[in-house]
Amino acid sequence: MKRLLQPTRETGIVGYGAYIPRCRITAKEISTIWRGGRDIDNLPVDEISLPGPDEDVVTMSIEAAQNALLRAGISPDEIRAVYTGSESHPYAVKTTGTLIAEVLDIAPHTSAADLQFGCKAGSEALLAGVGLVGSGMADYAMALGVDSAQARPADELEYTAAAGAAALILGPATEAVAVLEGAYSYVTDTPDFFRRAYRKYPEHGNRFTGDPGYFKHIQASISTLMEEMQLRPEDISALVLHQPNERFPRKAAKTLGFSQTQLETGLLARKLGNTYSSSALLGLTAVLDSAKPGDRILMAGYGAGAGSDAFCFVVTDRILTMRDKAPDTHTYIYRTLPVDYLTYARLKGKINTGGE
Amino acid sequence: MDLPRIWRLKSQRYKLEGSQCKSCQKLSFPPVQVCSDCRSQEIEPFRFAGKGSVYSFSTVYNPLTQFTEFVPYVVALIDLAEGPRITAQLTDVKPEDVSIGMKVEMVIRKISEQSDKGAIVYGYKFRPPIK
Repeated sequence: MKRLLQPTRETGIVGYGAYIPRCRITAKEISTIWRGGRDIDNLPVDEISLPGPDEDVVTMSIEAAQNALLRAGISPDEIRAVYTGSESHPYAVKTTGTLIAEVLDIAPHTSAADLQFGCKAGSEALLAGVGLVGSGMADYAMALGVDSAQARPADELEYTAAAGAAALILGPATEAVAVLEGAYSYVTDTPDFFRRAYRKYPEHGNRFTGDPGYFKHIQASISTLMEEMQLRPEDISALVLHQPNERFPRKAAKTLGFSQTQLETGLLARKLGNTYSSSALLGLTAVLDSAKPGDRILMAGYGAGAGSDAFCFVVTDRILTMRDKAPDTHTYIYRTLPVDYLTYARLKGKINTGGE
Repeated sequence: MDLPRIWRLKSQRYKLEGSQCKSCQKLSFPPVQVCSDCRSQEIEPFRFAGKGSVYSFSTVYNPLTQFTEFVPYVVALIDLAEGPRITAQLTDVKPEDVSIGMKVEMVIRKISEQSDKGAIVYGYKFRPPIK
């Protein structure tokens, strides 16, 4: 049984871009408000990113996509698909992708679809883009992972539910900054986290969150991909995992036989929180920002419900001339505006203003 | 819901698309059908690059209803690099940090929402350059 996913035509990332909104609230501030600070020495992250009053999935996607286009150096109208993975699309019915395509001059000769799969909607979009380009149906496709995550006030999710966007343009390997060597997807029906239609906040099935959810799926996707490709941990320059907090990816990396050094560059959770669909993809953009030609990068997204997509890329010489054409990931990480809980509550629409 | 207006203005709002007179090359934003200098009707679309500087500004504390969620916010007169002076909201900057002559760049942001069941209007705003 062939389990490895490999395109017929060699395919890779020809452009990548990040965007992180500048507002930040510390986990310490949230702890002080809801728990009197009693868990202050054991917080899952330092702070989380959150959108400004005029930002949402559409606006964050556009800036990440603009950065990807700057690096790719292609004409936007050559792109034949805009796949946007998110669990916080601003419309229940009306595609985020058409707005992105219209603003960036990708429209009208393109397909556009919004995908959802918990926090791995972004890696799902990447896989769909690889399929389109790798089959030869299209020369370029854009995949986005972007979210502005929701959490009920006082829920422990508030510590980590963050916002961010990453865009990847897939194209022929000859133009790529990183060529795809192989991918693998692993899913099971697992009730670890969900949000019903019309509900504002998600529910988590606590006992399913760790071992039956995150660890089982992400370890299965990485270990199977490595087995199929006959790779060992020492063959990998950087490992990027979905990061709902800092502890989970560190533990998973250790179990899989990787060193913490291999994980370090792409581990952004302490400063950003869990940026959901953009989490693993932003880790990848951070790794690409400093990668050397020949580096092999292993990335795995994880989405509740549950599943994990793993990808193996090899960086090419083109990274050296392309990466400085747009702001890097850390430009956005360091661009911060600290806010208090009241401002956070206002920005996240958690204050009931009495309107309909 | 003013959907026709949202749809009609999308090139202006999404792409900062104005016009250029083919006769005397005068640039305009928003686009015009007749040149205000030479009266020519030979007009073609012109895309502005989205770079400029603040000519003047004011901070809004008493907004129209649809802008309530952004208060306080800054509305500025911006001199585009290509010439025309336009009005736009500033974003990602505190009112006290805005100054005349400050360099700004265009970004796409949420302009307003027509209630929680209506359309969301997106369009240009300006912010201090990120890089």
